[in-house]
Order: sequence, then C-alpha cells, then structure tokens
Amino acid sequence: MGKRSVVPFGPQHPVLPEPVHLDLVIEDEKVIEAIPNIGFIHRGLEGLTEKRDFKQMTYVIERTCGICSFGHGMGYVETLEKMMNVEVPSRAKYLRTIWAEMARIHSHLLWLGLMADAFGFESLFYQAWRVRERVLDLQEMTTGGRIIFSVNQLGGVLRDIDSEQEKVILDTLKDVQKDIKTIADSFLMDYSVESRLKGVGILTKEQAHDLGCCGPFARASGLNYDMRKLGYEAYGELDFEPIISREGDSFARCECRINELYQSIDLIRQAFSKMPSGDIAVSVKGNPTGEYFNRIEQPRGEAIYYIKANGSKKLDRFRLRTPTFANLAGLCEMLKNCEYSDVGVLALTIDPCISCTER
Amino acid sequence: MANVKKSPWLIHYDGSSCNGCDIEVLACMTPVYDAERLGVENTGDPMQADILLITGGINSQAVPVVKQIYDQMPRPKVVVAVGVCACTGGIFKECYNVLGGADVVVPVDIYVPGCAARPQSIIDGIIQARDLFQKRSKEHDALVKAGKTYDEYKEEEANG
Repeated sequence: MGKRSVVPFGPQHPVLPEPVHLDLVIEDEKVIEAIPNIGFIHRGLEGLTEKRDFKQMTYVIERTCGICSFGHGMGYVETLEKMMNVEVPSRAKYLRTIWAEMARIHSHLLWLGLMADAFGFESLFYQAWRVRERVLDLQEMTTGGRIIFSVNQLGGVLRDIDSEQEKVILDTLKDVQKDIKTIADSFLMDYSVESRLKGVGILTKEQAHDLGCCGPFARASGLNYDMRKLGYEAYGELDFEPIISREGDSFARCECRINELYQSIDLIRQAFSKMPSGDIAVSVKGNPTGEYFNRIEQPRGEAIYYIKANGSKKLDRFRLRTPTFANLAGLCEMLKNCEYSDVGVLALTIDPCISCTER
Repeated sequence: MANVKKSPWLIHYDGSSCNGCDIEVLACMTPVYDAERLGVENTGDPMQADILLITGGINSQAVPVVKQIYDQMPRPKVVVAVGVCACTGGIFKECYNVLGGADVVVPVDIYVPGCAARPQSIIDGIIQARDLFQKRSKEHDALVKAGKTYDEYKEEEANG
C-alpha cells in the first residue's frame, strides 16, 4: 500500500472553464476518494426574488447560466403559467421547443469541443466550436442574442420566426448535420480517442439510479429517463425516443450526446413541419398564488423548478434544482479507483455546469 | 524578449459569472473569431500569463483565488474585466453574496461591456490590453535598466 496524499484539483484549472474544487485523495496514481467543495460562483440569485417582481425575475433566472439560459427562462415562465392557468398559444409552444433544441445542439457541441480539448485533441475542439458558431448565428438571427436570448415572457414568446428565417434555419441545419457527421466520426471511430475513453469511469445502471443521476449522463448508463417525454411545450406532439447507451463509460456518454445532436435536428424539422400559425403570446393579468413544482429536460438533464407565491408581485420562494447538482454524486462515485490522469476527462463527462449548480 | 511584448498570454478566471461570458471568451479563441492571430494564447498557468481576463462579479469565496492568480502573474500585467458583471456587478449587484465588480479585488485596466459580452468587444478589449501591455513593458525595461525594483519605483512615486 502506497502513501496517501491529498491533491487539490481546481478552482482554477485548465480543463475547467468554471471554478469547482475537488480534494483528491490519491494513493500512488489511483484516486481513492474525491471530496467536492463548491461555492465559488454562488451569487444568491434565488434571494433576488425579494427585490424583483416575478416578471423581472424571468431575466434574472435566464442568467443563472449562460449555456442553459433558454431552458431556465422557459422552465420558470412555464411554472408560472401552470400556476396561473394561462393557456399559451400553440405557436409559442412550438417556437419555445425549437429554441430549446437549438440550445441543446449548441450546448452539446460546446461539450464535445471541451471534451476533445481535455483529452488533448485540440483540432477537434476547434472543429466542434466552428460548427457551433453556425447554430449561434441562427440563434442570433431569430432572437437577437448569441447565448442569452431573453425571448421568453409570461404567456408566450417575444419574437416570431417567419418563413424566410425558417428556410435559412433548415438549410443551415442540413450543413450542420453534415459537419456533425464528420466530427462524430473522429470521436467514435478514432483509435486514440477510443483508447482514452472506452472502459474509463464506468457507472452502472443501478449506481446511476441510486445516486439520482439524470440527463445524458444517466442515459449513457442505460437509464431511460428523459423529461421531454412528459410532453411539456410541444414535445407531446413530436415523435422521438430517448437516446440510450448501455456501457456507462466515458465513450458511451460521448456517443449518447452525439446521437442527441441528430435527434435535436430532427425535432426542429418536425416542429417546423407541424407548427401552426397564430398568436405568439397572450396577455397575463394578476399575480400568482400557491405553490408549484415543474420539471423540464435541460441539455444536461432534469431541472426542477419550485415556486411559492402569495398573490403579491414578489414571490415567496423560488427554488431551482439543477442537473449538475444531481450528477455531482455520480461524479464522486465514478472518480473512486480511477487513474489520476483521467480526473480531468471524467470531471467533464458529466458536463458540469457549476454556474447553474451554485446560482 | 522582443516577442513577449508582442505576444502576451492570457489567463481566464470566472469570478462568479453566469458562464455566458466564459464561453464567449473561449469562442474568441476558436476559428471563427480567432484571437490567437493577434499573438495571444490562452494558458492555464498564472506564472506564464500576462493578461488576466475576469468574467463575472466577485463573491467572498472568489476573493482569495483572484488575488492569488493576480499575485502569481509576473510584472508587467494587465487586467481586463469582461462583461457587465465584472465591470460593476451587473444584474447580480444586489445579490447578498456579490461584493461588486472585479475592481473590488484587483486593479482593473480595461472594462468590456455587454451581457453577455460579444466576441467582437472581447477582442477589442484584448487589443487594448495588448497595447497597454507593450507600454508597460517599456516602462518596466527602463526600471530594470535603472536598477530599481518595482516597489522602490512605487515608493518614489508615492513620495513625489
């Protein structure tokens, strides 16, 4: 038995764009235990409900996280709409679905790039981000923002997508799909990538279930768990099946996310073909009362929104359970008995979004 | 050392940002915007870095981390605050855990506005930081020639 020592990982670390701190207890080159220490980006965003009214909070909550920004805005207004029994126009629901799927494509491409950078394949990182820029251009064209859209409002959305923009989107997605295919080949058929990812950081289906993991991280372990199947917004009218991989290793997580990219493109096409015409928003009067739980599927997994309101302009409580928080337990389990040199890659495979987690 | 003046290296730290500016800083380095054509390179090591990019406001737990990164960087150094949160605290200014912009901890030279800051404005900030870095390098060289340390120089300046 070798000597045990503690190696700090983060908060400032080249593979992490955001600060998270892990204390790694290592013995020789093996990691025995990983103790996370979070709180470097805690702002106290939920506390702002005391100072802002519930309509202004939409824009604060969109800034919980820059990558899942649209999803958070959508989850929040959707919770309020269900509380207040607002009937959102069907076209607005489809528009939200389209933007949510675009955000998923950009988030997954971003993750693929960071992943490639983490295992030292820098040109693949550049290629993934080059394709991502095409999607960002579409988002900017339709919403006016590259990453923070601010198009959600209580009762609908603020902007519409016209037929000209629709054509541009569908044309661009055709190119994007081709480019994704090229990137996917490098990820899934390259010998050196395979040797770095296959069989590393295995999380079994039982472990993933017991630790409460969610999103692509849990689906890569074979857990059929996708909140989109609940049928919120327009997802109930679209035809899709959750993407599942069985192996539960880093490679399966890559595969799962790459297949979700194709699925998202398909969902956008379906949404455009079924989208009805009509209004994009209804006006909402009055203030919310009571409490409500809502679940939606973010690019990283299941996010839970809880709102308690008392009928005044300011909410009593807003609470957000983010996917990364659920997946951190899985990460710590996975890091046990891994090689020290794999820690950076494994920390990335859960697609950590620390800004969401700490708020 | 002539190249160092033209090719300063960057280090990026996320104070308590929402991630939006972080990914835009990273997007600056990738093919479409390609800030690396200006000679800068993103590094993870403070001791090799010349320009510090801070995104997001500063909370109490980030204070020692930002201070340490700043202290570990060799002189001369330039600090760029990216995004409105790093400039003033932005939308999170009234949050109980946010102390304010990056300038509550380290002296900031260049402020880049925007929520999230666009890559174009971040690149503009980097160019300004590079020019400032070249100016400071010249001053630093003069000090070294005169055989003075930076602290002595500061002391002289304070005494008039």
